Amino acid sequence: MVAPLWLAPKERLQDLIDALRQRQYTVVAPVVDQAAIVYDEIDHIDRLPRGWIDSQAAGHYRLQPTSRDRWFDFVVGPDSWKKYLFPARCVLSTAKPLPDGWQFESAADDSPAYAFLGARACELAAIQVQDRVFLEGPWIDQIYQHRRSRAFIVAVNCTRSGENCFCVSMRTGPACHSGYDLALTETDEGFVVDIGSERGGDLIASLRLPEAPLEKCTAARLSQERAAMQQSKQMATGDLPNLLMTNLEHPRWKDVGDRCLSCTNCTMVCPTCFCCSVDDVTDLNTGAVERQRQWDSCFHEEFSNLNGRPVRNETRSRYRQWLTHKLATWHDQFDTSGCVGCGRCIAWCPVGIDITAEVAALREAPVRCPA
Amino acid sequence: MPCMTMSSFWQPVSMRIEGIQTEIDGVFTYDLRFTKSADRTSYHFEPGQFNMLYLPGVGEAAISLSGDRMAESVWRHTVRVAGRVTHTLSRCRVGDTLGVRGPFGQGWPIDAWVGDDIVLVAGGIGLAPMRPVIYEFLRRRAEFGQITLIHGARTPETLLYSTEHAGWERGGIVVQATVDRASSTWRGHQGVVTLLLDRLSIARPQRTHVAMCGPEIMMRYAAISAARRGISDERMWVSLERNMQCAAGLCGHCQLGPMFVCKDGPVFRADRVHSLLAVEAL
Amino acid sequence: MARKPRVAVMKFASCDGCQLSLLDAEDELLAVCDRLDFVYFAEASSVLQPGPYDIAVVEGSITTVEDEQRIRELRACSTRLVTIGACATAGGIQALRAWGDSQEWIRTIYPRPEYIHALATSTPIAAHVLVDYELHGCPINAHQLIEVLIAFASGRSPNIPAHSVCLDCKRRGTVCVMVARGQACLGPITRTGCGALCPTYNRGCYGCFGPVDGGNAPPLLAEFRRQGHAAEQLVPLLRNFNATAPLFREAGESLLDNPTDDR
Repeated sequence: MVAPLWLAPKERLQDLIDALRQRQYTVVAPVVDQAAIVYDEIDHIDRLPRGWIDSQAAGHYRLQPTSRDRWFDFVVGPDSWKKYLFPARCVLSTAKPLPDGWQFESAADDSPAYAFLGARACELAAIQVQDRVFLEGPWIDQIYQHRRSRAFIVAVNCTRSGENCFCVSMRTGPACHSGYDLALTETDEGFVVDIGSERGGDLIASLRLPEAPLEKCTAARLSQERAAMQQSKQMATGDLPNLLMTNLEHPRWKDVGDRCLSCTNCTMVCPTCFCCSVDDVTDLNTGAVERQRQWDSCFHEEFSNLNGRPVRNETRSRYRQWLTHKLATWHDQFDTSGCVGCGRCIAWCPVGIDITAEVAALREAPVRCPA
Repeated sequence: MPCMTMSSFWQPVSMRIEGIQTEIDGVFTYDLRFTKSADRTSYHFEPGQFNMLYLPGVGEAAISLSGDRMAESVWRHTVRVAGRVTHTLSRCRVGDTLGVRGPFGQGWPIDAWVGDDIVLVAGGIGLAPMRPVIYEFLRRRAEFGQITLIHGARTPETLLYSTEHAGWERGGIVVQATVDRASSTWRGHQGVVTLLLDRLSIARPQRTHVAMCGPEIMMRYAAISAARRGISDERMWVSLERNMQCAAGLCGHCQLGPMFVCKDGPVFRADRVHSLLAVEAL
Repeated sequence: MARKPRVAVMKFASCDGCQLSLLDAEDELLAVCDRLDFVYFAEASSVLQPGPYDIAVVEGSITTVEDEQRIRELRACSTRLVTIGACATAGGIQALRAWGDSQEWIRTIYPRPEYIHALATSTPIAAHVLVDYELHGCPINAHQLIEVLIAFASGRSPNIPAHSVCLDCKRRGTVCVMVARGQACLGPITRTGCGALCPTYNRGCYGCFGPVDGGNAPPLLAEFRRQGHAAEQLVPLLRNFNATAPLFREAGESLLDNPTDDR
């Protein structure tokens, strides 16, 4: 175990950004845009959401200024790192017309090597979930692999929990334990830096930081514990897969189906949802065809179309698919829950449907109709 | 896997249509041959597997391989015109090229059936993914006990591969066909496939396997019938159909409970999916 | 090569914007004309050939007795009939007459009202004749129209997505204006097609492409009102280009039946 280092004053974070950029990383970090904190490419600390926090509830998100000089007191917004590792739109292959047929080629992914600055514990967990989906099955997603293998992760330990956070009950946070190259914990005067990989250690060595004083390490640990204590939302996970799969005909599915807009927002903001669709885009002038992959959603009516009709033809069956996949069958498929407790689906549901409340309702009155 | 590595499965290879046969109204069989000889060398598929057939500018469709796996370099697919891709495919001609990805999925566990009696239940186009099994049985006939094919169709004219049935019978497979609506010249059975299954002599249910492919409603009733004859779920096999786009378990479309039909199936042992298929709109 | 399909572009009560959007698709226009023969397209050519047509592209709604007759005649001489735009698929902005006194408006607006023989309703084409394909939008997305035309010319069904606008917002990284700004946005119950244009400019969707299939308006309206949007603001939001599309019509009526704030 390498001793934590001390990055102070906080403006020295620029040195870290510079070191990453020197090593040809494109640095992506939280920024304020469109009335929210989203992830974007940055080259200077000025763009970080210093002094901003988010106020969240079910179906509600607002930015607020804070009087404290805090750089990372907000929690997670609508974006997740999946937009860089599993892009919303990409070209998979191309088909060029030849005189006697078609020439098929894989599309090159010319994405840069990314450095993610500010990944939270639940987000590290989400990346690890998607690793299992895209890298550990019989088939490997080349685009994800290409981007993931080169990504450098500077995590940030949460020192404040949001109203929708339930990472404690999902055992994914708020403190980062693995899956990062470097992890920062913000204190009043600076950042305690934990080294999580050899690559992280090499990079931070170039900043010639001192070891973090004991009281800073203690302050950092206490603030993480405080964040955990702040969480009031929780998901009871005990025997959850079995509870859900034995309640596939529960009346609650109709109840939530009546409230759900089937708008796809929960799945789009979810950092682990991986559903996608593939369509052809033809250039009519040249006849060349691109095969494009886009994010899609099990809430999209046509998603389950078979011979022109959806298998999951009602909102209740689509909500049931999402919830049972995320919390039950994900375990069968990938040996992990698909939920990391980030709360995005709760915040960004336009009508504020709360996944933890739906599970609690099923748990309260199970009907046990076996599947 | 011949055409692709584990990570380049998105890229199609080019194949040329070498023959088109009209099987019945709206059902065609396409013989495809690799346009590059290099792709032919590692040619191999298991009965029950499928390919993604790709028409650039239109899209892909998951189509079972319906030919003999030992056939030299020709990939045979029987296609029912149903959607955008299959409709466009029906307008293709011999000599046209298209893209192919595959083969994908888990096929029929033929080797696990050695020594046992087999009942194949096929409804309509559901016979297509079973034909490679039939060819395998004909080649290895001595390794199996009694083999029966029950094939149901709407009318006598829509029985699939009917010109081959006599040859299959000569090869030692009992072929029983039944139709929903008989014509005046029809001398065979009339009614649903379960009626034939109910009447079938099953000498040793503990050593009999039932393999089914067809509409889910047909398979559900066939499974009930087989169960009544003392055949347990662990010896029943079904081939399922769902929306598939990646064929590799990565796009999410084909899920049925914990299963990705594309990579965990399309052939499943019935006990793995029986209760899932009973839930409406899962 | 088989002969090119004969295409007629016909106009009923409409602003011409949808058919003009085809002419605006300059990059693809020549390629489209390579595959299709536009034999009747008044906005593009003064040579107007009579039917029969392989594909009739119909813009506009039915607002006169003559329209009713003309659309039946067009249907009779067309193999496929495609309606384009909110007017043709939902009645258009002119369907707002359903909630007013159209005779009174005619008297007020026109110096010689006796020349005007308008029906009391503006109805979509599908209310009068069989329609093979409806392409929504005010105006339509020209790329979608090209896809429809190319698809029919190739004898296949068009590949036009039918999900909500929300999916487009998320794919392009637009932050939800409803959740982050409290705006009333019809995106969750509106059909895709525009690429989420309005939310990307920080304002709520006003439903140009009409209701999404299976849209669930009541909980969305309840949430709007919980957030403080009054019925008087929401009814005009629902009643514009697709005012008489069933989902939007019923949503507007439910607000008026129950105008008090739920909070």
